[in-house]
Amino acid sequence: MKFTHLASALVAAATLMSTTAALAQAKVQFFPSLTGRTGPVAPNATPFANGYADYMKLVNVRGGINGVMTLVEECETAYATDRGVECYERLKGKHGGATVFQPLSTGITFALTEKVPGDKIPLITSGYGRSDSADGSVFKWNFPLIGHYWVAGDTVLQHIAKKEGGWDKLKGKKIGVVYHDSPFGKELLPIITERSKMHGFELQLLPVPAPGVEQKAIWLQVRQQRPDFVIMQTWGVMTATAIKEAVATGYPREKMFGTWWSGAEPDLKDIGAAAKGYSAVMMQHGAEPGSTVVKDILDKVHAKGEGTGPKEEVGNVLYMRGVVGAMLSVEGVRAAQERFGKGKVMLGEQARWGYENLNLTQAKLDALGFKGVMRPVSTSCTDHMGSAWARVHTWDGAKFTWTSDWLQADEQIIKPMVKASAERYASEKKLQRRDGADCQS
Amino acid sequence: MLYRENGQFKTSYGADQQVFPITQDRIGIWLVLAFAVFAVPVLADEYLFRAILIPFLILALAALGLNILVGYCGQISLGTGAFMAVGAYAAYNFSVRIEGMPLILALLLGGACATVVGVLFGIPSLRIKGLYLAVATLAAQFFVDWTFLRISWFTNNSPSGSVNVSNLSFFGISINTPHEKYLFCLGILIVFAWLAKNLVRGHIGREWMAIRDMDVAAAVIGIRPVYAKLTAFAVSSFIVGVAGGLWGFVHLGSWEPAAFSIDRSFQLLFMIIIGGLGSIMGCFFGAAFIVILPIFLNRALPALGDLVNVEISTAAVAHTELMVFGALIVFFLIVEPHGLARLWSTAKEKMRLWPFPH
Repeated sequence: MKFTHLASALVAAATLMSTTAALAQAKVQFFPSLTGRTGPVAPNATPFANGYADYMKLVNVRGGINGVMTLVEECETAYATDRGVECYERLKGKHGGATVFQPLSTGITFALTEKVPGDKIPLITSGYGRSDSADGSVFKWNFPLIGHYWVAGDTVLQHIAKKEGGWDKLKGKKIGVVYHDSPFGKELLPIITERSKMHGFELQLLPVPAPGVEQKAIWLQVRQQRPDFVIMQTWGVMTATAIKEAVATGYPREKMFGTWWSGAEPDLKDIGAAAKGYSAVMMQHGAEPGSTVVKDILDKVHAKGEGTGPKEEVGNVLYMRGVVGAMLSVEGVRAAQERFGKGKVMLGEQARWGYENLNLTQAKLDALGFKGVMRPVSTSCTDHMGSAWARVHTWDGAKFTWTSDWLQADEQIIKPMVKASAERYASEKKLQRRDGADCQS
Repeated sequence: MLYRENGQFKTSYGADQQVFPITQDRIGIWLVLAFAVFAVPVLADEYLFRAILIPFLILALAALGLNILVGYCGQISLGTGAFMAVGAYAAYNFSVRIEGMPLILALLLGGACATVVGVLFGIPSLRIKGLYLAVATLAAQFFVDWTFLRISWFTNNSPSGSVNVSNLSFFGISINTPHEKYLFCLGILIVFAWLAKNLVRGHIGREWMAIRDMDVAAAVIGIRPVYAKLTAFAVSSFIVGVAGGLWGFVHLGSWEPAAFSIDRSFQLLFMIIIGGLGSIMGCFFGAAFIVILPIFLNRALPALGDLVNVEISTAAVAHTELMVFGALIVFFLIVEPHGLARLWSTAKEKMRLWPFPH
C-alpha cells in the first residue's frame, strides 16, 4: 500500500536525523549561522554567511581557539522571523550547545531577544537589532558589538556636516530619509530626529514598504521637494532599486548617503558607473581585499578548495562583515577561556562573559590580520557595544574608496538615548538593572 | 471490522444529535485528546514544542476561524492576517494600558476588537461576491498593515514599531515554559474547536451553508443574508483575532506588522484549501501540512544528502524545499480537490466496508 511506503520513508528519515545528531564530535565550539541565502535579501546576506563560515575555517587552520575547533552549521531563514525562530530552536541545543547567535535580521533579533535570557545564549547583533541593547546592564545577553543604527545615523550626519563645513551650516537644510518600513528602518529615526532638533535641519521621512522594489512614488516626492541630502536606511534589493530610481529622477548620487547595510557591492555593481558618487557610512571596515586576513583566507581556505562562496567576493564589504562577526564571536570565546579554562569548550553562558569583557587591542587585531580593517574594541558590563568608530566610503563606478577619516559617534548624545530607551524597556518588562555582583558573574 | 456502527442504536434525541454519533469516533477523539494532553508533554522536547507544536496549534486555530468564513459561509477572505494583527495589537494594548489585565481576558478582548474590524470589512460582502470580495478584504490587509506601522499609539510609541510582551500567566499560573505554552494553546484550541463544531451544525451554521450553496435560494426560504454573512464574519474574525493574540503573545513574544503580512493571509487560505473547505478536521490537516511539511523537508534533505555522502548547500536545501512543497500542493489538489479532510472521510468509508471496500 502507498501509506506503508510513505510511513517507512518517514521513519527512515527520522532515524537518519537522530543518527547524524549522535555523530557530532565531542570537543567543538559550535557557532550556529542563521543565513539568508534565499529570499528578498539573498544577494546581501549570502556574502555575510560565506565570510562567517570561511573565517571559522581559517580559525581551525590556525589551530582553533586554543585547540578547540570551531564548527558552523547553517539554517536558512530567508529573512523571515518565524523561520528564524524555528532555526534558533533547531540549532540552539546542537553539538553541545550554541555559543552565540548572529541572526542578521532586526526582526529575528527582536524575537530572539525575548528568548535568549531563558536559554542563556548570547546574541551578537553587530550593526543591527536594538540600539538600546548597548546598555548591558539591562540587556544582559545582547551585544550590538562595534555599532548600532544610532551610531550609523550619527556618523553619517557628522560626515554631511563636515562636508558642509560645520553643524551650523545644516540649519534650515532639508534631509530626506528613505527607510525600510519595519523596525529595521525605524530604528534609525530617533537619532536623526534628535540631531535635527539640535541643529535645526528639516526632515523628510520617506518610508518604503518591504521588500522595497516599488519606489516610484517615493522618488517622485524627492524630486518635488528636492531635499539637500538623502540618507538611506535600506537593505537587500531595496538599495539597488533606490539608486536606480534616483538615477531615473536625476537626484545627484553625491548627495545620497547610505548607512552600513546600504553600501555594498551587490547593491551597486549592476548600476555601475551611474551610481558613481554614492557614499555609505561603514561600521569600521569596508571592502578590504588587501588585508592580511583576506590573504590568509585565500591562501589557507580557498586555495585548498574549502572556500564557501565564490573566490571573487572574498574581501567584499558584506563578506568582511561576516568575517568581522565571526572574529568577534571567536575572540569572545577566547576571552572566556582566559577565565574559565584554556582549551575548554565554552558554554553560551561562559561565552557571554567573554563578550562582556572583550578587550581587543590594536596589537591583537593586527595579529589576527585585521590591521587597517578595525580599531580596538573594549566592552564592559554597562557598555555592550565596545566601539563607535565609522568611516565613509564612496563608489567610484567600479569599487569603493574611502572618502572620510575615522568618525566617532557622539557619546554625549547617544549614551543618554540608549539609557532612556533601555530604561523604558526595563520598566515595561519589570526588569531590575544588573548590580555589581551580577556584573562579576 | 473494528470501525463499524452496526448495532449502535440511538434511543434518544440526545444520542442522535451528539457531535460524534459513532462510538468508535468518540473513543478515537478521546484517545487523541488524552494523547495530546498527557502523552505529548512527556514525549516532546523543547524544539518540538517551540518550533512545531505551538505554531501548529495557533495556526490551526486561525485556520479554523477562516474556515468558518470561507468554507462554511463561502465568503473568500484575504484579510486573515489583518484580523490576526488586530487581535494581537488590541490584546497588547489592553495588557499594556490596563494594569493587571489577565492574559486570557486581553486575548478575548483582542478577539472582540478583531470582530468589530471583521464585521466592518465584511459589510461589502453584502454587495459583492466571490473573487471581488477577496479583493475587497485585501483592503483590510493593507489598511491594517498601514495602521500598525504608522500610528505609533497602537504600538505604545515604541520607537522601532516592534512591541513585546512577557511574564504571561493564566489565573496565577505562569505560562513561560514550552510545556505551559503548549497546554495553554491546546486548551484554547479545544474549547474553540468544540464551540465551532457546535456552531456549524446548529441553525446558524446551516444558514451559513445555505448562503454558501446559493444565496438567492437561501434568501427565498427566509434566511437573512445580512445576518448570516455578518455573523460568519464576526465569528470568524473573533477566532482569528484570538489566534493572532496567541501568535504574538505566546509564540513570538515580540512582533512587528510583518508577522501578520499578506503572506500570512495566503498561508491560512492555502491551509484550509488543502485541508478541506467546510471541515473542522481539515483545518488541522491543513495546518499540519503547511507548518510541519516545509520544516520536515528542510531537515530531511541534508540528512538524505549525508546518506549518499553529498553535502547539500543551505541555499539548495531552501530551494528544493520550496519546489517539493509546491509540487506536493499541486499533487494533493489534483488527487483530492476537496482537501485532505475528504481523503480522511474516504478512508473512514472504506474502513466501514472493510474487508470488502469498493
